[in-house]
Amino acid sequence: MLTLYCPCCGEDVDETDLHAGGEAHLKRFGPGSSDEEFEGYLFMRENPKGVHFERWHHTYGCGKWFLAARCTQTLEVFGTYPAQTLEPPKDIRDKITKKRPGWTWGALS
Amino acid sequence: MKRYSAFAIAKEALRQHVGWTRAWGNPEPKKRYDVIIIGAGGHGLATAYFLGKNFGITNVAVLEKGWLGGGNTGRNTTIIRSNYLQDPSAAIYEKSRSLYETMSQDLNYNVMFSPRGVLMLAQTQHEIRGYKRTAHANALQGVETRWIEPAEVKEICPIMNIDGPRYPVLGGLWQARGGTARHDAVAWGYARACSDMGMDIIQQCEVTGVTTSAGNVTGVNTTRGDIACDKLGMVVAGHASHVANMAGFQLPIESVALQALVSEPIKPCMDIVVMANTVHGYMSQSDKGEMVIGGGTDGYNNYTQRGSFHHIEETVRALVETFPMIARLKMLRQWGGIVDVTGDRSPILSKTPVEGVFVNCGWGTGGFKAIPGSGWAMAELMAKGHSPLTEEFDMNRFGRGKFIDESVAAGVAH
Repeated sequence: MLTLYCPCCGEDVDETDLHAGGEAHLKRFGPGSSDEEFEGYLFMRENPKGVHFERWHHTYGCGKWFLAARCTQTLEVFGTYPAQTLEPPKDIRDKITKKRPGWTWGALS
Repeated sequence: MKRYSAFAIAKEALRQHVGWTRAWGNPEPKKRYDVIIIGAGGHGLATAYFLGKNFGITNVAVLEKGWLGGGNTGRNTTIIRSNYLQDPSAAIYEKSRSLYETMSQDLNYNVMFSPRGVLMLAQTQHEIRGYKRTAHANALQGVETRWIEPAEVKEICPIMNIDGPRYPVLGGLWQARGGTARHDAVAWGYARACSDMGMDIIQQCEVTGVTTSAGNVTGVNTTRGDIACDKLGMVVAGHASHVANMAGFQLPIESVALQALVSEPIKPCMDIVVMANTVHGYMSQSDKGEMVIGGGTDGYNNYTQRGSFHHIEETVRALVETFPMIARLKMLRQWGGIVDVTGDRSPILSKTPVEGVFVNCGWGTGGFKAIPGSGWAMAELMAKGHSPLTEEFDMNRFGRGKFIDESVAAGVAH
């Protein structure tokens, strides 16, 4: 079973108490944006076989969102961090680079 | 190719069965092919088969990183139906279902197609309305389905408890011509027919890169060397995004794990396929007597071919309520496959930003039923550049807002 650390409650949480919220760090587009921008935001996904940044909702707990860095190939969790961030924090990225040299995510690496 | 027949069996029986030949070849990759298909699952092999059969294109290689039919083709619950809501879906799924009817004869390979009937249970008022609407839509599309009342549900499937306390059975959508087939045989039958046409099926050959020149595809890099091609078909289900990435484009797809399990074999007790979408479970009985059970997908992106145990628990819990007699069955095996889910739960059969590269993916949780129809349409798309069956399944439909919304028909169970 997948266990993630909820940075809001400071507790390790089983996946049965969580709800997966899909890809993290999406750039949101609103009225006046082009069709391509909406398509990218609403439908296009990195969906990597490897390092994945994603949103999680602590549904049966604090009820708050947080973000996680996880490997989709091994289910290894590199770390979780608060949802109020625009990109993954440096310490988590460094940790990933140590374990998965050469990883990429859009413009990040 | 040695033709299989009752006469052939009798003849071989008289000489210790020494005359049987390999069903398909195991060739070394050539330097160049007209067409390369990535993925020797059902869809990839069916695409190759119809390229040869319908369009005479036989200089084809089908590359497979694992073994033939070892991905989702060998991991599904073998359900075949075509009771979808939207017209483009009905067209391709009904084509597929009808091709299943003659597949054993076409391939000279027994795929054990069993049109035993598929029943989708309505267990909420919302589902009643949804399935009645589907039945009406199917009538207009020429797909034979009908709405049935609870009494008829009980008659068709006596082991079902239709008075469940939480979700009583309020009726169902019945497709008498739906059913199941032997999944491995579908892959093996196509492989044998493709090999017979002179195509190369190359197993344990993983594609590691796609080479292009001026926006045109020129070939692929593989673990068994570089291979050139004029046209490339990506038919890799759960790994669609991964392979598309090699060619430099993105897909509107997320890959998640879908699980299934089978019980110990028991005496025949259910001669139809039952799907209960509200409670997330579907079940049929295999010819060996095992109850074949499938449930919902995991909620998060995953490439591990195994799923979370609590989904198995949910599925089994739901089915025990609907089928009390299975409560004490032991489960024999459980496995997972990686399914490629799109935003509107409909597949993508499309040209791509790279000239000469075609993609067939997004079948999500229900690709097995579509194998022959998907191969038929994909072959036409690759050979002619367009196909009436694939027009609406273009990968750019999301940007145009022209969805083929099948979340009711396909959102949960298959």
